[in-house]
Amino acid sequence: MSNAEARLEILTRINRAVRDRDVPERPAYPRAEGQSRADVLHTFEDRILDYRAGFVRVSPDGVREAVRAALGDARRVVVPDGLDPAWLPDGLDVRRDTPPLTHAQLDGVDSVVTSCAVAVARTGTIILDHGPGQGRRALTLVPDLHVCVIHAHQIVPDVLDGVHAVAGAVRAGRPLTWLSGGSATSDIELVRVEGVHGPRTLRVIVVDG
Amino acid sequence: MSGLHPARPFPEAAKSEVNNPQLRANLRKVTNTIREKRLRAVGELPHWEELRVLGAATKDASLAHLSDRLLELEASVKARGGHVHWARDAAEARELVAQIAQGHGVTELIKVKSITSDEIELNRALDAHGIHAIETDLAELIVQLSHDTPSHILVPAIHRNRAEIQALFNRELGDPEHLSDDPAVLAGAARRYLRQKFLTTKMAVSGANFAIADTGTVCVVESEGNGRMCVTLPEVLVSIMGIEKVLGTWEDISVFMELLPRSSTAERMNPYTSFWSGVTPGDGPQEFHLILLDNGRTDVLADEVGRQTLRCIRCSACLNVCPVYERAGGHAYGSVYPGPIGAILTPQLLHMDDKNANTLPGASSLCGACFDACPVRINIPQVLIYLRGEANGHKGTTLESVAMGAARYAMSEGWRFEGAVKLARAGQGPLVHGGQITALPGLLGGWTQSRDLAPFPPQSFREWWREREAEGAGGEP
Ligand code: SF4
Repeated sequence: MSNAEARLEILTRINRAVRDRDVPERPAYPRAEGQSRADVLHTFEDRILDYRAGFVRVSPDGVREAVRAALGDARRVVVPDGLDPAWLPDGLDVRRDTPPLTHAQLDGVDSVVTSCAVAVARTGTIILDHGPGQGRRALTLVPDLHVCVIHAHQIVPDVLDGVHAVAGAVRAGRPLTWLSGGSATSDIELVRVEGVHGPRTLRVIVVDG
Repeated sequence: MSGLHPARPFPEAAKSEVNNPQLRANLRKVTNTIREKRLRAVGELPHWEELRVLGAATKDASLAHLSDRLLELEASVKARGGHVHWARDAAEARELVAQIAQGHGVTELIKVKSITSDEIELNRALDAHGIHAIETDLAELIVQLSHDTPSHILVPAIHRNRAEIQALFNRELGDPEHLSDDPAVLAGAARRYLRQKFLTTKMAVSGANFAIADTGTVCVVESEGNGRMCVTLPEVLVSIMGIEKVLGTWEDISVFMELLPRSSTAERMNPYTSFWSGVTPGDGPQEFHLILLDNGRTDVLADEVGRQTLRCIRCSACLNVCPVYERAGGHAYGSVYPGPIGAILTPQLLHMDDKNANTLPGASSLCGACFDACPVRINIPQVLIYLRGEANGHKGTTLESVAMGAARYAMSEGWRFEGAVKLARAGQGPLVHGGQITALPGLLGGWTQSRDLAPFPPQSFREWWREREAEGAGGEP
């Protein structure tokens, strides 16, 4: 099989097909009116709760206690490099991912604590660009509980704001994971079942200031 | 797994499908539920109409520059350490996947739900090479284990109930516990079964919802997390995408992440979306292949009326609002693309001389609900009417402007077309010569100036259905 041949033929077919096509004008991106910061944060909280994920808002010196509460009974915790050490309570069995844990080792961990790159209020979406404090993709995928600590200033109003905020990371070749609530399926008689393969529980901590 | 080709003409297949009361009850429940939720999700967003216009224009711009976009995508994926392949047709795409698998000595691989892979009948082809493809989406797994075919783009096992799934899983998953019919218990059994596969399988195959030319980024939108598992944990990842899925720049993704989830599952956002660009050292698969599939798409692109079909983002909103789909179900369309989108996409991909596919443009009441629901404003009724003309016309001729004018006029208001059809039918007796109408009075006269027209069927789908209902054939009001 000649791939070069297939490539040339497909490109030729396309060029023949669109030969005399006008390039359409694209309208401007429609934007909602500006919201106050308080409204943006309130919307985010509302969406996270709507996804039946945990939500709590704390001051900077309350993070450690909030993480402890969010972890609940989970004892074995994996944390990515670059996570603020002040966020971690004592008495946990903390695993580091350097050198990288095997899939089997990761499967034996109860929970993961991370930060994020940006969060979108209107849709309640948390965007990870897997930079420092967020870990490689498998870290927030295999453990059953994900605790995510977000600075209030990282929460933007809309999807387009989120897309702009991570444009640099994407152009640098980094992968992204968008999370909106936890894993869910409605495949059997449209009954919603939470937690199929991803983390079954998501708990969000928003840090003011 | 059935591919693109319908095995029977639509009217024949629909007749047997509407007699399945389980199917009809499930369909009614699911389509009604999603329909109502969707209206709420859409109503919540200001500027929904402007977003639709922008979404349509963004896709049109990509399609107008398609070869440049694909070349740019190829270059940026390669620059990120990925491999790019081109496949003219289904056979070439299947062969590429099989070769990659064989190159790694793989006999089992995991799959993310992908209609494009169903379109090329990938699983069956891999089987023939001794490679077993395991579906990891819960509904796809149900469909696969029961040797069935999907009946909905979004909810492929919409035609199955919990008791059937309970029996299936108890038989097939080898779970030591006897499973109850609670959906949570059944989903838990699938989780246990698939967990080991995710952690240990070397290769995965996915489709792609979008790909971004300037960054070389591929995107998979999902709910369960099986997609994240497949694109993250294996060593080798192969993604198959139709060439129409490419967008220009990273910023272009935004409008579709607003339009798709609300139109599809009626959520503000789907639970998980994965984006990756080639290979990321130390994170995820270290070998990535992207297969760019034509398989008839360039022919659709060449057609002035039909090309808007390529804007489709496979949200399934048109299925859920379609009165014909709700009654006939996905299997009646006989193709991996059911519902209104299937009625226009399948015959175009297969060409109008495919004798079963060319019955699909008739699978519509032309009520216009699909156009209103479509987030990228594909004028499905317009394409349906156009394709009906093509099916009736002489091979090789194109519709002339006068006929198009008639179609456009008729479509400007739904009732006018329905009315015109009724009139035409009522009055067609004297005009039929040898099975063809050679002249048609009134509104639709334009159609027959350039071509002969097969007589209108004696009943519209709606009338036909009403009659069946009256006969009590379906068991439900
Ligand atoms: S045709 Fe429109 S409504 Fe139907 S699946 Fe495609 S994008 Fe969705």
